[in-house]
Amino acid sequence: MRILVCVKRVPAPGARINVTADGQDVDSAHLGFTTSPHEECAVEEAVRLTEVHGGEVTVLTLGPVEAEEQLRYAASVGAHHLVLVPITEVDWDPQRTAAALAGAVADVEAVGGPFDLILFGNESADAGGFQVGVRVAHALGRPMVNGIKGIDVADGVASARREIDGGFEVYNVPLPAVLGVKEGINLPRYPTMKGRLASKKAEVVMDERSAGAGGQERVRLHRPVETVSETAILGTGPEAAPAIVDLLEELGVLS
Amino acid sequence: MSEFPTRANVVVIGAGIVGSCLVGHLARLGWTDLVLLEKGPLPNPGGSTGHASNFIFPVDHNKEMALLGEQSANQYRDMQLSVDSGGIEVARTVDRMHELARRMTSARAWGIEAHLLTPAEVAELVPFVDEEVILGGFYSPTVSVVDSLEAGTTMRREAIETAGCQVFANTEVLDIETAEGEGGVTTVRSVVTDKGTIQAGYVVIACGVWSNRIANMAGAAIPLVPAVHQMADVGPIDILAETNNEIGYPIVRDMDTFCYERQSAGSMEIGSYGHRPIFHHPDEIPSNEEAALSPTEMPFTPDDFDPQMETAIELMEMLGDAEIKYAINGLLAMTPDTMPCLGETPEVRNLWSAAAVWVKEGPGMAQVVAEWMTFGYPRVIDAHGADIARFYDQERTEEHIWARAEEHFNKTYGIVHPAEQWEGRRNLRVGPYFSRQEDLDATFFQARTWERPQWFGANADLVERYDLSERDVEWDNRWWSPITIGEHLNLRENCGVVDLSAFQIYELEGPGAVEYADRLAVNKVDVPVGRSIYTPWLTADGGFHSDLTMMRLSEDRVRVVTGVFDGGRDEFWTRRHMPTDGSVSFRNITDQVTTLGLWGPNAPAVLSQLTDQDLSQTNSPYGSIVDAEVAGLPCQLFRISYVGDTGWEIYAAWEDGPVLWDALMEAGADLGIRPTGGGVYGSSGRLEKGYRLMGAELESEYNPLEAGLARP
Repeated sequence: MRILVCVKRVPAPGARINVTADGQDVDSAHLGFTTSPHEECAVEEAVRLTEVHGGEVTVLTLGPVEAEEQLRYAASVGAHHLVLVPITEVDWDPQRTAAALAGAVADVEAVGGPFDLILFGNESADAGGFQVGVRVAHALGRPMVNGIKGIDVADGVASARREIDGGFEVYNVPLPAVLGVKEGINLPRYPTMKGRLASKKAEVVMDERSAGAGGQERVRLHRPVETVSETAILGTGPEAAPAIVDLLEELGVLS
Repeated sequence: MSEFPTRANVVVIGAGIVGSCLVGHLARLGWTDLVLLEKGPLPNPGGSTGHASNFIFPVDHNKEMALLGEQSANQYRDMQLSVDSGGIEVARTVDRMHELARRMTSARAWGIEAHLLTPAEVAELVPFVDEEVILGGFYSPTVSVVDSLEAGTTMRREAIETAGCQVFANTEVLDIETAEGEGGVTTVRSVVTDKGTIQAGYVVIACGVWSNRIANMAGAAIPLVPAVHQMADVGPIDILAETNNEIGYPIVRDMDTFCYERQSAGSMEIGSYGHRPIFHHPDEIPSNEEAALSPTEMPFTPDDFDPQMETAIELMEMLGDAEIKYAINGLLAMTPDTMPCLGETPEVRNLWSAAAVWVKEGPGMAQVVAEWMTFGYPRVIDAHGADIARFYDQERTEEHIWARAEEHFNKTYGIVHPAEQWEGRRNLRVGPYFSRQEDLDATFFQARTWERPQWFGANADLVERYDLSERDVEWDNRWWSPITIGEHLNLRENCGVVDLSAFQIYELEGPGAVEYADRLAVNKVDVPVGRSIYTPWLTADGGFHSDLTMMRLSEDRVRVVTGVFDGGRDEFWTRRHMPTDGSVSFRNITDQVTTLGLWGPNAPAVLSQLTDQDLSQTNSPYGSIVDAEVAGLPCQLFRISYVGDTGWEIYAAWEDGPVLWDALMEAGADLGIRPTGGGVYGSSGRLEKGYRLMGAELESEYNPLEAGLARP
């Protein structure tokens, strides 16, 4: 199988993310960067599929040259080929991104042959536009299903499961196809030390593309007001009991 | 929740291992009215304690670090928060095997159990080490792994229960206010926080990597820089998981790759001091909210760590298949000279530093500071190497701190010769003879900021004259030359001139000067004008704080001359105890006065050519200091010797130095005079005569009787 996974470099979660003074970017002073969690699962799923069915995994990203770090991470957990569409602007909107990725897919397929499966994360962890996967599939004229938490491949058909209340919807999609996967589809492995060292030697193919016309314009980023919660220690041991009872009564949970 | 106080006797800032242990030790010593402030949450505030590897290797060449490491290990043991895992330093090179042998001598000196192991013996203890890669190991059975966060909690609890210490987490210090105290001395007054202001008698900064920033608020400096120490946690690994233990195998330090492997339950923690030095200004450290993990667990930069992974896999093949689950650029504090910063800050009275202390020596160092605050000087050990007053101004600049930390970061596991010299930040202070000494091909050793000639290449002919040779062992020849022995023998036979410009010279003046000087010194300073004393200054417990000379220059003026390594501490000690009634003034005249030592059997013959002063024993006895014209320059002749032979320290105005040097050299040309380096003055000359040196043979753990310096 030939599988392509599209990933995006995003700030590592857990930190309070500040916005630069001009409102055009996040302040990266204290930030580490990672791959969007859905996409990390997509890479893992692709690697697992090739472990079962044979074949190779290509990982593609559009982003700053630093996104090479995320591509190498994918290589360290088993991806075989890496492609970077470098951009110098802060970010591209979903329409431009999708157009560039569709072009890049065509370039890669022209050399290595068509992909059986293209995986996206359901949405990126930072912009969360939910658009790029769908737009790329549309541009390539391939079927696309989002929200996928299970993939089986047999006889030229991908059987993709989408979680719904109380069960799964199952879509049988003829290959080649595009799927948007969600965190929870698997538990991604960590890179081994050997994997990390091997990834250093992997080749990153650069595919320069210019920004297309149209799409959204970023006006400015805005950080929502934080709600600050205070913690008060009511006491320790049995002596704390009366204060706890008082509080529970005040909250109206004791009658 | 207790109300935020407006007054406290002691405010300790920072509740990492140091601040937490400090309130505990203060409580044990009877202090009350304590407040502990912490910017982060408890029990893990987010400083270096929270991500520490938590192991203690007790053997260190440095006595303070070794004994305080052991002292700390014992405190963790007493709290039952410690496991003796044992630890092995492995060698991949012959040079390292020699270093391990030297570590055996340090282990014996400090009374710590240690053994040299063959590769097979290492593999017997740690079966996953590839014995083909190593030449041997240094095994310390008492290496321990501790729970530093729980130890902090335990010590805080003790302080709360026994001394009513109030602890406030999530409280940020915004400012430290000072005021003019008694005698016009800048004194700490209050700590301003986001919860309110506390008037404080004492403030202690135990803020780890943030310490300098907090000290700056009060106009003080704690010279340290936050430095990255990379760590990765890899696993799961079956052989480790099978121990069912947090630590079942000895810790391995792979010394030649500057790296360690320490079991952490079913995983291995790999830590490195081998990557490029990476420093951050305190303002670059994220807040608890801005940090993805904690402020001092900064985003990992994997490229820096890759070479360490390769060498780690060489030593332990199983690591190759282990998954990298957690990896950080952990921050810890580094100082320009590798030693901690303890004691009262020289800039602000009652503002104390307890910083640049790692988990491995935290409880011991906290005890040092608590005792220092209580008794005026620590009792558990002489902490002179960690005394924050040791730094000169040029050592407190950011450029100096960063440059030195950058130079020594990769020496953390390095093979470092005791006399090894710094490469960068040299020639900060040079004597007036510097260019002449360079012409004489001097090899300079730096004493804190001062350059001093150690020996002179121009004296190479003495090697032949005295039939000298190199030493047998390469290590013994490092930072040494047989020329120094040639200079020694020449001084004994003829005479030598020693540049003593690095002497730190102070003068006490005023109606109370002699009385105050008498209080500082053991021996009687109230001697006739023109006489001097060589004397200890003792701590309250009777141990050596200083060892120096004092001269009675007039009825109300006393000169104090001390060595450059002790200058900062001695100046601070002198100022700290000075009467505040204005009866004594203090002047540091180091920059105005240069000193040349002239010693040897021919010294009187040389000097008599340049002065009319009567140099006889009767009229110019040992210990006398007289104003005299030498080579047409106004000088003072101080008849004393630290090398044994007869002679003088000649004091002259700094700018007259070169003329004096030339005159002495010319007068001594036919009398065998030679420029003579610190190798003679500071080592062979003094040792041959049995003269002690502060910081070497003398320290606060010894009183004059024990040091053999009691007066009959």
